[in-house]
Amino acid sequence: MLQNAFRGGARFWTLLALWALLIAVGTMAYASQLTQGLTVTGMSRDVSWGLYIAQFTFLVGVAASAVMVVLPYYLHNYKAFGRMVILGEFLAVSAVLMCMLFIFVDMGQPTRVLNVLLHPSPNSLMFWDFMVLLGYLVLNLVIGSVTIEAERKEAPPPRWVRPLIYLSIPWAVSIHTVTAFLYAGLGARPFWMTAILAPRFLASAFASGPSLLILLALLVRRFGAFDAGREAVRALGTIVTYAMAINLFFVAVELFTALYGGMPHHVHPFAYLFTGLEGHAALMPWTWAGQTLGVVCAVLLLVPALRRRDAVLALLCGGVIASLWIEKGLALVVTGFIPSPLGRITEYTPTAPELAITLGVYAVGGLMLTLLYTLVVNVRKRLQPA
Amino acid sequence: MGETRRDFLTGLGAAAVAGCGLPLFDPTRWLQASVAPGTAAAATQWAMVIDLELCRRDDVRRACMDACRREHNVPAIPDPDERIDWIWAEERQHVFPDLVHEHTAVEVREAPVLVLCNHCTKPPCVKVCPTGATWKRERDGIVMMDMHRCIGCRYCMAACPYGARSFNWRDPRPHVARDAEGKPVSDYPTRTAGVVEKCTFCAERIRAGREPACVEAVRAVPGAAGALTFGDVTDPGSPVSQLLRHEQTVARLVDLGTGPNVYYLVSRSPVAAAEGEGA
Repeated sequence: MLQNAFRGGARFWTLLALWALLIAVGTMAYASQLTQGLTVTGMSRDVSWGLYIAQFTFLVGVAASAVMVVLPYYLHNYKAFGRMVILGEFLAVSAVLMCMLFIFVDMGQPTRVLNVLLHPSPNSLMFWDFMVLLGYLVLNLVIGSVTIEAERKEAPPPRWVRPLIYLSIPWAVSIHTVTAFLYAGLGARPFWMTAILAPRFLASAFASGPSLLILLALLVRRFGAFDAGREAVRALGTIVTYAMAINLFFVAVELFTALYGGMPHHVHPFAYLFTGLEGHAALMPWTWAGQTLGVVCAVLLLVPALRRRDAVLALLCGGVIASLWIEKGLALVVTGFIPSPLGRITEYTPTAPELAITLGVYAVGGLMLTLLYTLVVNVRKRLQPA
Repeated sequence: MGETRRDFLTGLGAAAVAGCGLPLFDPTRWLQASVAPGTAAAATQWAMVIDLELCRRDDVRRACMDACRREHNVPAIPDPDERIDWIWAEERQHVFPDLVHEHTAVEVREAPVLVLCNHCTKPPCVKVCPTGATWKRERDGIVMMDMHRCIGCRYCMAACPYGARSFNWRDPRPHVARDAEGKPVSDYPTRTAGVVEKCTFCAERIRAGREPACVEAVRAVPGAAGALTFGDVTDPGSPVSQLLRHEQTVARLVDLGTGPNVYYLVSRSPVAAAEGEGA
């Protein structure tokens, strides 16, 4: 079974080499972070979380989005997703793996990571996040490998996996809800303390995750000679469209409440993002680029004639991912710390080692995804009549 | 034979615990839970009152901050973004945004105020800690910190609305004050990189029946009597309770529901002021 993950042509091995190179560079940067401490990052006393925790947040969304193919296929018997489901599940596996690695590289004392299990603290959302992510990883790994193994043997999947699949649906919602609660429960950070955060996280997850899945399915069709199906891609396109529209609505709701309400604690973070605050505006160009891109993509996606063309759909999905990455993978975490509770504005710029470690973790996810997708493609290829 | 075997296993267990850095058993917690000698045993919530006017004086703030730094080997990190502070000064407009407004004189708005951990009655940092490395001590209400259990996730820093927590972004030991022999000035354990630290109301001194270092230090400053008052807020007769009952005092961000136990004296009634001078 596993040998199927390692069979490929020159392109496959080049890709593996690229991941290996990025992982090596990331590991070297991490070694310097281990010896010198988190001082090698751009984080500070005031902005005490940065790129790592932001990537974790973004990728929890990508992981949760597997539910957007699992639910229609298993609960509504939507056959078109038959060949897409496994791609979604394995994307979730890679994404959760990256999430856990991002938490790990953010820790000041990584050797003590097991303290989270040795001293379980149910009052901490971080503890729950740890638990639900671990559970989600195991669920998707088991479901994905059991179903592909069954497919290889040309047999139906065993009956016991069915309840696990049903369990994975609410579980997907839980991982992103718990991640939102991790932020939304902090009275010290008015920017995060909003009831819309969890719904917003889910909406943006169901836009960015399926967008990534569409791009991956198109790539696999092009280079892996495995077609997940035209209808499946189109259905995902529709999901992206509505999720993105709902996400933009949630952002608008948030902006209205903060800006019309006019309470300084709620206005200041948004002012920092959109206009700059007291001369500090590092995220302003990113914010405008991201929001503009998001609106433009959402509007274009709403035109069925446009999103039915694969090339256009791919472009718009790329735009959606970029826009939501800026929103969640960059702005959301940092802005929570600006201004600080003591009114200080400290800006944050990631350093070179921090970027190298971040890329390294993404490369681990990329490696995992490459192997899992290669496995799927090879298993399916042998089943197809020549 | 059996005893040798048991000794061996115990030793093995201890070695495993020490080697992995996993505090399965943390003796310091037991020590801290034991009954302290003297007045400390009766206390249920330590609290502090800081005189807003007196802490505008440079010598008063300097005495508190220096004493704290020496007492706990708090490193003096040159990079302001990596500062470690247990007690330090902030402008009044940032500490008490509601006590000033745009018409307040600049000297008042920017007047320095001593700030430290508030040892909240409902500490948000304790609520979010995923390992129990920080906890509210039931016996006397001090928000404690176990630097051997802390995993350095910094969730507590995100949760604290007072900015009272510092993370060791780098190895603090090169920045700790040393004596002539090169040893840290205090025997308080120095910390390692990657853990969070903060004021503990000098729990180690309270255990020995002494007051916090900052409170003691400020007594030696001429004319600064009453700048810092420390005591048990549940004891109606304590100086802290007296001040809180009779004088105009405030606490930081009370609307967040954290229940801070560090108070600030806005003004003294003429009688109390006269008593203060007489003391």
